[in-house]
Amino acid sequence: MPSGERIGLRGRVGAALGAVAGALAALPMRLLDGPMQACQRLIGAGRMPYVFLVPNFVVFGLFVFLPIAINIVFSVTGGPALFPSERPYVGAGQYAYLFDCGSYLDPNSCREDHFWRGVANTAKFVLFQVSAMVLFSLVTALVLNMKIRGRGFFRAVYFFPVLLSPVVVALIWKWILQRDGLLNAAITTLGGQKVLFFIDPSWAMFWAVFVSVWAHMGFYTLILLAGLQAIPADLYEAAEMDATPRWRVFRRITLPLLWPNMIVVIVLALIKGVQTFDEVFVLTGGGPGTATLMVVQYIYETAFANQVQNFGLAAAASVVLGLVLFLLTLAQLALARRKES
Amino acid sequence: MASLSLGRLSLARLSLARLAGQRRGGRGAPLHWTDIAAYAYLALGVLLMFGPVAWLVLSSFKTQSALLEFPPSFLPFAQQEVSVPGQPQPLPLFRVTLPDGSVRELAQVRRIGIMAQMVDPKDPALEFSIPIDKREPVRKVAFAVENYTEPLAQFAFLRFLGNSVFVTVVATLITLLINSMAAYALAIYEFKGKGAAMLAVIGTLMIPITIILVPVYLVVTELGLVNSLWAVILPGAATPTGVFLLRQYMLTLPRDLIEAGRMDKASEWQIYWRIVMPLTLPALSVLAIFSVMWRWNEFLWPLAVLTKTEVYTLQIGLNAFQGELQTQWHYLLAMTVVTLIPVTLVFVFLQRLITTGIGSTGMK
Repeated sequence: MPSGERIGLRGRVGAALGAVAGALAALPMRLLDGPMQACQRLIGAGRMPYVFLVPNFVVFGLFVFLPIAINIVFSVTGGPALFPSERPYVGAGQYAYLFDCGSYLDPNSCREDHFWRGVANTAKFVLFQVSAMVLFSLVTALVLNMKIRGRGFFRAVYFFPVLLSPVVVALIWKWILQRDGLLNAAITTLGGQKVLFFIDPSWAMFWAVFVSVWAHMGFYTLILLAGLQAIPADLYEAAEMDATPRWRVFRRITLPLLWPNMIVVIVLALIKGVQTFDEVFVLTGGGPGTATLMVVQYIYETAFANQVQNFGLAAAASVVLGLVLFLLTLAQLALARRKES
Repeated sequence: MASLSLGRLSLARLSLARLAGQRRGGRGAPLHWTDIAAYAYLALGVLLMFGPVAWLVLSSFKTQSALLEFPPSFLPFAQQEVSVPGQPQPLPLFRVTLPDGSVRELAQVRRIGIMAQMVDPKDPALEFSIPIDKREPVRKVAFAVENYTEPLAQFAFLRFLGNSVFVTVVATLITLLINSMAAYALAIYEFKGKGAAMLAVIGTLMIPITIILVPVYLVVTELGLVNSLWAVILPGAATPTGVFLLRQYMLTLPRDLIEAGRMDKASEWQIYWRIVMPLTLPALSVLAIFSVMWRWNEFLWPLAVLTKTEVYTLQIGLNAFQGELQTQWHYLLAMTVVTLIPVTLVFVFLQRLITTGIGSTGMK
């Protein structure tokens, strides 16, 4: 696509903007010249990399590493206080409370039934969402990889919702799915009855999955498309010469060679799916009742939104969630390593 | 060596053959059923992906009463109004079938039960009493721009917009600076603890804010930043994704340039911002776009840490509105459109850059 000689207006405007931005950015950098030179003279050039690392690692330290430690402290202490030293030690009490269940398959039998409802809902959501996501992004990537006209346009169409904020995505669909919305208008025109989508638990879950697939499938499509385009064309030519049926080409060439990208998509979708919160929260508010309450919403509400803020319980739940994510990431790394070897 | 070049030659010939084959097969070749299915799928995709957004935009221009209509009209229609001499307010216009079968456009003065009292706008002295089922509103396409202008004046909407812009711009600048500094250290130098630093970055990649929400809140509280926009800006400023992306790019830069800089007695800081930064511009712009998207769309963390209306970002403000303005969809829809404009612009102008960025990093 790049046309070397002809730089369009957009390119020229971009270059001009870039030059202005560069000049502006250079100003503070130049101001730091003196102090940094003094610093280098003081500690020697060999220690300068530490100076370069400091700002980033101060932020990491304050807002990631320290919080991980505090999270563990929170999860083994009780009481309403926010400051760790004012919280009494309760050992595994929070975890015991969280896991106090008659049967893990029945949230009603649990002391903290909302957490287990969240777990069950998230599991259900992830199962449907990841399978739909993989299926639709695979089909879309395959179609976009064909010799069709306007490929760039169609790729952009599927990618557009990825950029939208979860609140915007949820509101768009809330507007379509409301009682007097577009979808119900279509249903009544076809002779059906209006459906109250957010009153019926199954419909609410269906739309939560649908909207989330709608919003994110463009991203996964891109990953699969990159994989498809990396498959050597010679293989397809050889198959064409042998007049191999398309279905067999797909099963014997495309699918096996796309498998590494498929694994990336599955694991990434799993990791993101387990953390689902915003779209579903704005779309359904976790309702009706607790039918679409996810684990992250449980954590958020337990810590911040409920009348009695329970930081310890929220921290314990997030440690559990963190462990699940850690295992998923390990699985991803293991699979990636196997792909390399 | 020879066999290698031979292999390359045959590869080149093969791809030439493919080109020729493509040209031959392009027009005349019969359509396989999968081609037709593919176009159908794509058409459906356009409808499903763009349709909802288009519907949102169209709806946002409808008046409050038009939004309550069922079934909804496709375009924003509004009933036409006329000012009639002798009437204090403009009157709604109707198309009326008179008892003698003729059709006239009349303005409604008032409605009493099932009868409407109407006048002819051209001849206000002429009054009619018409059964309401004999009249139909005269409508034309009209864009209710007030959906956009009124919330700007009535609610703190401009404030939310300003907050979001501030967070997005400042956070992106900080991210670009500190990420590129760290990436520079990790790409150019050999030093003690480099492995540990890399490991820390990888580790951070696995810790999303969702699982350290409570303790980050504590840290922010201790720093006195609750209900300050800096509480939103700072925690996410050091992105592991950004450090990775920039480091991978910097690794490809020729080392001679850096050595040449040292020869010229440039300080390490000068090498960083005068030599390495300008060369890293492509990767920096990809990170800048990602950062703008992340920050503009961020939801959970601002929701937790911003509790006062005056510090709300757009996303939080919009979410609060959808709770409060249940019956005022006309404002809500218009504000949703405003929220989606910046990302749409980014999309229109930088779509290719973003897609290649995702394609090469596998990150979002």
